[in-house]
Amino acid sequence: MTAQKSLPEIVISIRGVKKSFGDYEVLKGADLDLYERENLVVLGRSGTGKSVLIKIISGLLTQDSGTVNVLGKDVSKLGPKELLALRLNVGFSFQNSALYDSMTVRKNLEFPLVRNRKHLTKGEINYAVETVLDAVGLSQTIHQMPSELSGGQRKRIGIARTLILQPQIMLYDEPTAGLDPITCIEINSLINEVQERFHTSSIIITHDLTCAKETGDRIAMLLDGQFQKIGTFDEVFASDDERIKPFYDYNFIV
Amino acid sequence: MLLELYRVHQFVMKFFKEFLFPPYEGKEIIRQCYQVGYRSLLLISLTGFITGIVFTKQSRPSLAEFGATSWLPSLVGIALLRTLAPLLTALISAGKVGSSIGAELGSMKVTEQIDAMEVSATNPFKFLVISRVIATTVTIPILTFYTALVGLIGGFVNVMFNENTSFIAYIQSFLDSITFLDITASTIKSIVFGFTIGMVGCYQGYNSSRGTEGVGKAANSAVVIGMFLVFVEEIVATQITFFFKT
Ligand SMILES: Nc1ncnc2c1ncn2[C@@H]1O[C@H](COP(=O)(O)OP(=O)(O)OP(=O)(O)O)[C@@H](O)[C@H]1O
Ligand SMILES: [Mg+2]
Repeated sequence: MTAQKSLPEIVISIRGVKKSFGDYEVLKGADLDLYERENLVVLGRSGTGKSVLIKIISGLLTQDSGTVNVLGKDVSKLGPKELLALRLNVGFSFQNSALYDSMTVRKNLEFPLVRNRKHLTKGEINYAVETVLDAVGLSQTIHQMPSELSGGQRKRIGIARTLILQPQIMLYDEPTAGLDPITCIEINSLINEVQERFHTSSIIITHDLTCAKETGDRIAMLLDGQFQKIGTFDEVFASDDERIKPFYDYNFIV
Repeated sequence: MLLELYRVHQFVMKFFKEFLFPPYEGKEIIRQCYQVGYRSLLLISLTGFITGIVFTKQSRPSLAEFGATSWLPSLVGIALLRTLAPLLTALISAGKVGSSIGAELGSMKVTEQIDAMEVSATNPFKFLVISRVIATTVTIPILTFYTALVGLIGGFVNVMFNENTSFIAYIQSFLDSITFLDITASTIKSIVFGFTIGMVGCYQGYNSSRGTEGVGKAANSAVVIGMFLVFVEEIVATQITFFFKT
């Protein structure tokens, strides 16, 4: 080990990404880097393409131009096998949780494991399920169906299902949207806990500045299909930009 | 329209490509087979039985005119085996199973559950589509023979009240009249029906548009297109079997 602190490694690198749906250009040349072990918050108005961006990162959508590099691999150029391998390392927590309706919480959590870690015994799987459930504080829900859970519980189960493969990168799509303030605080600390406990690097999409402030090491502002402002929370909101100020005013004015 | 055909072609090709390579979702296939059978069993039993009774009752006067009511078992049996059972089973399954596959996959699609499977490094096509199509392709032929049997029993109920034929004799005269070709043709036909119903349901659900409206549409078109294709295939199958007979 060298005494000198080396530059943090870049785990996701996005360059000049453009994406249109029909005539509507959503992303107009987005550039962004995610460093190892950092929580990067992406802020932006509804419909600016935040969800589209992380779907491109995980290969659910393909950009029209530009490159997306994840853990050193160009996502759009991967074959099906390599993409599967990459996805084991990239967890995606969906905006609407996307739990499997027809399965219990336990089956939801087991689902990625039994398919991708075939060597695991029943006991090891149970242990993994209990560990992540405990991490999100919902051990008691193990036999319930997703329809019996509250919105906040569903979010947390969704995060747990993503954590169970122990990904290096976590992508959170609006983890606190539509939740009460106390649940938001719980989710924020869950995100921070995940980072400390599993040493993940994360992109957190949100409208919620408290969440941004609590969880974000850096903030990136997505405006008009490009990242206009990237920096710490205070740096970003020191700006006089008419498009950034309303975010702050709305969230913190009494 | 052409684009749609191309997409259907791609979907079917993808099915065969994925079908040929393991791993298979064994548990899920069995669960789906059970679902397919379970969903239509009651309705099929009822329809098959009533069709058997009614068809026998309706045919009786015409045969009686020639004093040939002893031909009833073979007449009913052949009609059931060749056409009624495969068609009834397929139509009922298209209604019950096709629509529920369309709705289920459709809602999984719009609530991003299919995307969620994909990002958790599972192949949703294999888990959802392959298992369902295998299930309908295997289960619907079995249901078809079940329908034929129930229909025969229905027919016997009518015969029982009119002649004193024993069930054994009734079945015997049915067995004497059917050929190997009848059984093979029905089996192949209902395999094709089953495949069609599963495929149409999955295609509609898997490609349903965003929003809850898309789910309803997917379920609806699964039934309409499924039934339409079943009729088309029935016509083609009849032509082919005629060709083999002559
Ligand atoms: N699969 C798709 N097909 C067509 N249009 C899409 C698709 N996905 C997203 N869009 C469009 O892209 C735009 C950006 O969508 P996106 O979901 O990324 O917004 P967002 O920034 O996540 O907003 P929100 O904060 O409300 O979640 C929207 O106008 C949406 O209609
Ligand atoms: Mg979004």
